[in-house]
Amino acid sequence: MIKTDALIIGAGPTGLFTAHQLKLIGLDCEIVDNLDKIGGQCIELYPDKPIYDIPAVPQCTGEELTKNLINQLKPFDIKFHLSERVEEVKKDDVNWIVKTNNGKIFSTPNVIIAGGVGSFEPRKFSVKECEKFENKSVFYSVKDKKIFEGKTVAIFGGGDSALDWAVELSKNSKVNLIHRREEFRGAQATVNKVYALAKEGKINLFTKYQMTSIKGNGELESIDIKNDDDEKKNIKADYALGFFGLIMQLGPIANWGLNLDKKTIEVDTEKFETNQKGIYAVGDICSYPGKLKLILSGFHEGALAARACFKLARPNEKYRFEFTTTSKTLLKRLGKKE
Amino acid sequence: MPKITYITSENETHTIDVDNGLTVMEGAVQNDIPGIDADCGGGMACATCHVYVTEDWFDKLPKKEDGEEDMLDMAYEPKKNSRLSCQIVVSDELDGLKVNIPSKQG
Repeated sequence: MIKTDALIIGAGPTGLFTAHQLKLIGLDCEIVDNLDKIGGQCIELYPDKPIYDIPAVPQCTGEELTKNLINQLKPFDIKFHLSERVEEVKKDDVNWIVKTNNGKIFSTPNVIIAGGVGSFEPRKFSVKECEKFENKSVFYSVKDKKIFEGKTVAIFGGGDSALDWAVELSKNSKVNLIHRREEFRGAQATVNKVYALAKEGKINLFTKYQMTSIKGNGELESIDIKNDDDEKKNIKADYALGFFGLIMQLGPIANWGLNLDKKTIEVDTEKFETNQKGIYAVGDICSYPGKLKLILSGFHEGALAARACFKLARPNEKYRFEFTTTSKTLLKRLGKKE
Repeated sequence: MPKITYITSENETHTIDVDNGLTVMEGAVQNDIPGIDADCGGGMACATCHVYVTEDWFDKLPKKEDGEEDMLDMAYEPKKNSRLSCQIVVSDELDGLKVNIPSKQG
């Protein structure tokens, strides 16, 4: 069991700056995120899109903002637990016991939910029967490409993931690439490669087609696809791979006994605490009268929630407000003074 | 004020007055129309405000900008008449617009 003063759920900009604030006031923290990288929506949804409303930063991309926030955390030792989703939050006598899907257990007086719009999960096929085959013959990511050797694979999607895997798997498998329109949105070089492989007969291209049903008894046998003009085809396949990006799901957060307003968590505006003592929500996932879903609001919310954590983590000490410009204690924590 | 009609997958019809300049997505969210999630808040980054525009209206709308069609690749059951409602800005010309909301957004 990992003990910490505060556990942050979500490694987006708000979670990162909240960690900064916690460490600055002398508390430990650890961060859990379901994505395999730091940055949240900034890195997953708009790494290249410029943001213009971060105070004192006239313009930066989601990726640059993330990099800068990580840099700002450099003086501190913060443990990240990536590719892990928090499944359960329960109270023992004093602390919150937090469990992840990988079996990690945290014990902490403070849980700060900085979860954006929930956790990112792969978008799945809309055909319901696909669930029966999931993780057996239907996948939304590739963990072990060897299983596809010598098999027939149907890849759905038009972005880089779909195209990259079509190119890669065409070396040792029979590849069908199915996409809902003529244009692909992947990198031009990869698109060209796919067309070249299609010409050589290494990839079977089906554009303007989408899945309508999936067939098989235990194991996948074939897939029905249909185009815009209602022309149907049945393609043989041992495996189906879907690459439709990620979608945000509130997921297990809905089961933690928190007061919710649609997909957001209700908080007060003093501590950003939820209806559960010691559980806070900051950033896009929190709601209160006047809430703005801006990154700058997340920073403010995180700074206040961090101060609220102090009381529960250090019940016998008194929190003193200090400035980084003048406080020796803070400068020492920042590694600027011996 | 233009009237926009939202038809849910259960065939419930909601006709709402939406201010000029707001998007069809904002009209839905501000009036609690179920089925338009708009997770990213209008940034054309999530495809969860996906709607089907009725045939007679589809060609009358301003054309899709770069990126919308890419995002629609991710949408739940996209069709020929799919649009992202965050990219449709309401104006007097759109008075009477009808959109169908898919059964799910993802």
